[in-house]
Amino acid sequence: MPVLTYRDALNQALREEMARDKDVFLMGEEVGVYQGAYKVSRGLLEEFGPNRIVDTPITELGFAGVGVGAAMVGLRPVIEFMTWNFALLAIDQIINAAAKMRYMSGGQVGVPIVFRGPAGAALQLAAQHSQCFEAMYAHIPGLKVVMPATPADAKGLLKSAIRDDDPIVFMEGEMLYNTKGEVPEGEHLVPIGKAEIKRAGDHVTLLCYSKTVSLCLKAAELLAADGIEAEVVDLRTIRPLDLEAIFTSVSKTHRAVMAEEGWAFAGAGAQVVDEIQKTIFDELDAPVLRVTGADVPMPYNKHLEKAAKVSPEKIVAAARRVLYLE
Amino acid sequence: MATPKAGRKADTKTAEKYRQYLRQMLLIRRFEEKAGEAYSLGQIGGFCHLYIGQEAVAVGCLSQLRAGDAITATYREHGHALARGIPARAVMAELFGKATGCSGGKGGSMHIFDASLGFLGGHGIVGGHIPLTTGMGFAFKYRQTDQVAVCFFGEAAINNGAFHEALNMAGIWKLPCIFICENNRYGMGTALDRATATWNISERATSYDMSREVVDGQDLGEVMAAMDRAVIRARRPSAPTLLEIRTYRFVGHSMSDPIHGHYRTKEEVEAHRKRDPITLWAERLKGDGLLDEEALERMDEEVKAEVQDAYDFADQSPDPEPEMLWKDVYAPVGEGR
Repeated sequence: MPVLTYRDALNQALREEMARDKDVFLMGEEVGVYQGAYKVSRGLLEEFGPNRIVDTPITELGFAGVGVGAAMVGLRPVIEFMTWNFALLAIDQIINAAAKMRYMSGGQVGVPIVFRGPAGAALQLAAQHSQCFEAMYAHIPGLKVVMPATPADAKGLLKSAIRDDDPIVFMEGEMLYNTKGEVPEGEHLVPIGKAEIKRAGDHVTLLCYSKTVSLCLKAAELLAADGIEAEVVDLRTIRPLDLEAIFTSVSKTHRAVMAEEGWAFAGAGAQVVDEIQKTIFDELDAPVLRVTGADVPMPYNKHLEKAAKVSPEKIVAAARRVLYLE
Repeated sequence: MATPKAGRKADTKTAEKYRQYLRQMLLIRRFEEKAGEAYSLGQIGGFCHLYIGQEAVAVGCLSQLRAGDAITATYREHGHALARGIPARAVMAELFGKATGCSGGKGGSMHIFDASLGFLGGHGIVGGHIPLTTGMGFAFKYRQTDQVAVCFFGEAAINNGAFHEALNMAGIWKLPCIFICENNRYGMGTALDRATATWNISERATSYDMSREVVDGQDLGEVMAAMDRAVIRARRPSAPTLLEIRTYRFVGHSMSDPIHGHYRTKEEVEAHRKRDPITLWAERLKGDGLLDEEALERMDEEVKAEVQDAYDFADQSPDPEPEMLWKDVYAPVGEGR
C-alpha cells in the first residue's frame, strides 16, 4: 500500500472527489495560485481550473456564506479556512446558516458543505493561532465534527464528508500534515461516526482524537514497558460520537483516560466522560480522568508552551492514577 | 418590461398583469393586517415584522423574475413570500406554527421557505443572508445557467461586514446577483443618518464595480423598470446590481413597536402615508382607464376573502406531530452521494 503524508492523503481525497462529482469545488484563501497555505491543494488549480479551485479575498464570513448559499442550491462546496482560528470570523455562517437551514426550512433545504482546515496548536504560534474549537462546533445540532488522526483516515473521512448531505466541520491536525502512513488507493471511505481501536489492550482505555492519538500511542508504549496494556480508541468523529465503541472498550478495561488538546472546561472530552458515567457507571473501577491543554491562552515561549500542551508523559501519569498505581 | 406611461394604452395582456400586481399588493396589505390581528390575539407567537407600506418593492421586483431564480429576504418577508406565489394559506399557517405551514411550522414568521419556488428563506440575522445569496449566484454562474439570485435586505444591513464581503466577491466574479436594499429609513429605531456615515447607499456599489440605481419604492412602475434593467444585466452575460429602493414602513418595526413615538413623529408617518404604493398604483391604472372604482372594490373584497380563508385554514390546521421535534436536524440516513 502506498505511503503518503497526511497532507497528500487529503490532496488525494480532494482530487478524487472533484474528478468524481463536477458539483464539488474548493474555495478559500490561497488555495489556487499559491497552492494552499499548507499545500493541501497543491496541483489542483492546474488540474481543475479556476472555476473549481477558487481563490478568495481574506473574508472568512463572506466566503463561508458563499459556500453555504452554493450548497443550498445543490453544489458541494469544500471551504478551506487557512486555519480554524480564522473561522471565528465566519461562525455566524457556520452556526446560524449552515447548521440551521435544514431544520428551519422544515427539511426543504439541506447544506451539503465541508468546512475544513488545520486546527490545534502548532509550534510557538502563540495565543491566536493555537486553539481547539471542536467543542464549540460539536455543541451545535446540525453540524458534524470530524477529526482524523492518520493519513488513511484523513483521506477516507474527507471523501465521506464531501459525499455527506450535512454541513461538516472537518478539522485537520496542524502538526499532522507531515506525518506518514499507508493510505489505500482509490475508493477508500471511512464512515463518519465510527471510532477505531488503534491499539488493543485490556488494562486501561485511552480515548483520543486527532493529535492526541499519536500521543496516546506513545503513552501506550511507555505503559507497556511497565507491563500495562492500554487500549487506544481513536474517536475520529466528535459528533456523532461512537458511543458503542467507547462503551465496549471501557466495559472491557473498566478504566479510562480521555486525552484532548483543547481546554478542559466544557471540552469535548467532558461529553465523553458524561456519556460513560451515565450509561456504564457500574463498569468503572475508577473515575475517568481527562488530560487536556492548560486552561490558559497559548503562550509563545517554548517551555511555557510545552507545559501547556498534552504529552505522552501526562497521559501515562493519568493512566497510572486510574490504575491506582500512583 | 416597459413602465406604463400615463395616457398610453396598454394591451389587454399587459393591463391584466398590471391589475394582478395591484391585487398582489392588496393581498400583502390585507394579509399583514390580519397577521397583526392574529398576533394581538396570541395566535401568532415570537416576533412578527409587518411589511405594510413597502408592498411595491416586493411585488415590483419579483414580477420581473422567472421560475428557477432564487430569492432570499429578511425576517420582514411575508410580502415577498406572497409575491413569489407561496399560497397565503401556507404562509399564514407558518405564522401560526402549524404543520401545514410552508416550513412545517418550524420556521415561523422569520423563516419562510418554499424551495419549489426558489424562495430560500426569511433570515433572522441582519446581513447574514447577503453572502448566502451571493453563493447562489456563484452556483448559477458555475453551472452556466441564466438563473438570477436576488437578495432583499434593509438599509441597516449595509454597515454590516457581510454586506461588504459579499458585494466585493459578487463584483470580482461578476455574479448574477441583484442586491435590493429596501431603504425604509430606520434600522429598528435608528435613523439612517445616525447609523451610516454616507447617506447615499447606492454609491457603495462603486466600491465593488457594480451597477447601481436609486429607485422610488412607492412607485410600482419605477420599481419594475429598475428591476427589469437589473435582471437583464444579471442574466447575460452576468453582472451584479445594487438597487437602493427608497420606501417607508407605515407600521412599527415589530408588533411590540408603536407606529410612532420615540424615533419618528406622527407627522412624519402621516406625510409618508400620503404616498401609499397601493393607492398610487390604483390611481395610475384608473387614470389609464385600466381600472374603475367598482373593480377595485371587488378586488379588495376578493383579497379579503382569500386572507380570511388563509386565516381559517391556519387556525384549523393541526400542530406538527411531537416527533417532528427530532426531524430534519440532519439528512435522512443513507442519503448523500
